[in-house]
Amino acid sequence: MGESPAAAPVAEAIDRIARQDGGRLLSSLVGSLRDFQLAEDSLQDALESALIHWNRNGLPAAPNAWLMQVARRKAIDRLRRSANFQAKSAEIAHLIDMENGSATVDEPDPIGDERLKLIFACCHPALDRKTCVALTLRSVCGLKTEDIADAYLDGHEAMAQRLVRARHKIVKAGIAYEVPGPDGWAARLESVLAVVYLIFNEGYASGSALHIRADLCEEAIRLGRLLTGLRPGEPEIEGLLALMLLHHARRAARLGAAGEILTLEAQDRRLWDRTEISEGVALIEQALGRRRPGAYQLQAAIIAVHAEAASFAETDWQQIAWLYAELSHMADNPVYELNRIVAVSYVDGPAAALACLKPIALALVQYQPFYAVQADLLARDGQIDQAGVAYARAIELSQSEAEKRFLSQRLEALGRRSAIAPA
Amino acid sequence: MKYMALIYVNPNTLTPPDSPEFGKMMGGYQAANETYKRDGVWVAGDALQPSATATTVRVRNGKTETMDGPFAETKEQLGGYYIFDCANLDEAIRYASMIPHAATGCVEVRPIMVFDR
Repeated sequence: MGESPAAAPVAEAIDRIARQDGGRLLSSLVGSLRDFQLAEDSLQDALESALIHWNRNGLPAAPNAWLMQVARRKAIDRLRRSANFQAKSAEIAHLIDMENGSATVDEPDPIGDERLKLIFACCHPALDRKTCVALTLRSVCGLKTEDIADAYLDGHEAMAQRLVRARHKIVKAGIAYEVPGPDGWAARLESVLAVVYLIFNEGYASGSALHIRADLCEEAIRLGRLLTGLRPGEPEIEGLLALMLLHHARRAARLGAAGEILTLEAQDRRLWDRTEISEGVALIEQALGRRRPGAYQLQAAIIAVHAEAASFAETDWQQIAWLYAELSHMADNPVYELNRIVAVSYVDGPAAALACLKPIALALVQYQPFYAVQADLLARDGQIDQAGVAYARAIELSQSEAEKRFLSQRLEALGRRSAIAPA
Repeated sequence: MKYMALIYVNPNTLTPPDSPEFGKMMGGYQAANETYKRDGVWVAGDALQPSATATTVRVRNGKTETMDGPFAETKEQLGGYYIFDCANLDEAIRYASMIPHAATGCVEVRPIMVFDR
């Protein structure tokens, strides 16, 4: 039962199509079938069928059109086989009509692009966030279920079940397959952007330990580009894409030789990707020019200020403090205020910054970075003992080994400092 | 598509009928009902008597058993319901969020099952 030697290139071609065009094919199928699970199953059937037929006859002139036509026929088959044939007869008739009226397989690219609808369905707030992430990676990005499961350290079967449940919910709960209108737009877009940024952060926070997870950053950027293409002129989409590009530009400098996290201050700025930085900066300038600021734009603007600074010392901290104040004002999130305080410390000194910490201390009592910042400010202010206490608390709260190592090194450096400091 | 909105409230924190807040809450329901009817999404809607009036029925081995009270001991109990006829889930969520008790308790929105012939 061995595959013929020619099988590998055909299988590769099919994988490539699934990755590049899977989202577009699926979005169009969901549009005509009105059933997410049926669309997914029929596309899988078509891809499997392609492996057999293309191996025999070579790739067709228009592979996408071939896949669409086969997927529609497979859908008709699946509907015919289903138990409630009577009830489905109207749908089958509709599909056969479509099939007869549809373009022939010789036409180069008769498939529409309904990916925006697909993205909004996958990121609907009625689905939990983890499910949105998985569904988006599977359906829009065309990642394999097993790869998504591996990236999120989940069992393959559990992930497959999660995806099936989600598709059923979309159909049964009546989640609309459409781009939301003006009244739902802002809230629904927020959900989409949150999912994309979650994918990015999953890759970003994982560092280099697991390769596939680092790829998630690129997947998120690809989604960001797709969104800016599908809905041009939306400043928060541009803001998010800029933010991701600007973060991603620093990837080579983020970890030290031993895999430890390097702060902005310690990073070798020559390793930053200048092409990505210029793209990110141009994008954020364009977004801000639309005069509809939002949280992603402001965050991107902050990273852009860092990216454009020749060195840590030459950073425009005044500008960064102002941007964080705007963010804090917009989102009422104490973490933004914490970041503003860090910027303030480089403008007005650590003592002034320490005084600002008190009002947010209660809200961030379980938040590791609060203690790391506090420790750093105390150390810079010469209060070495208190700084040690704060580092110990930060280490205690940290969830990541790399982070714990980093904080412990800071704590040790403190010990050396107090040893040589005059009593 | 028809959706049922199940209104869950905590009986211990219900607004007492003789308080000014009660009038406000009822006014909220009246306003919501008017919106539902005006927009043509209203199918049905009622408040329920407190869960202490409930009887749970089950049939085991062909024998009907009854029990006093609600089936599950939960803090929040079913206090009322609506049935809306909406185009999609977003619309149903929008109408459900107008229910005054959505602000204090919670509302579960579920599509009503349509059986194939």
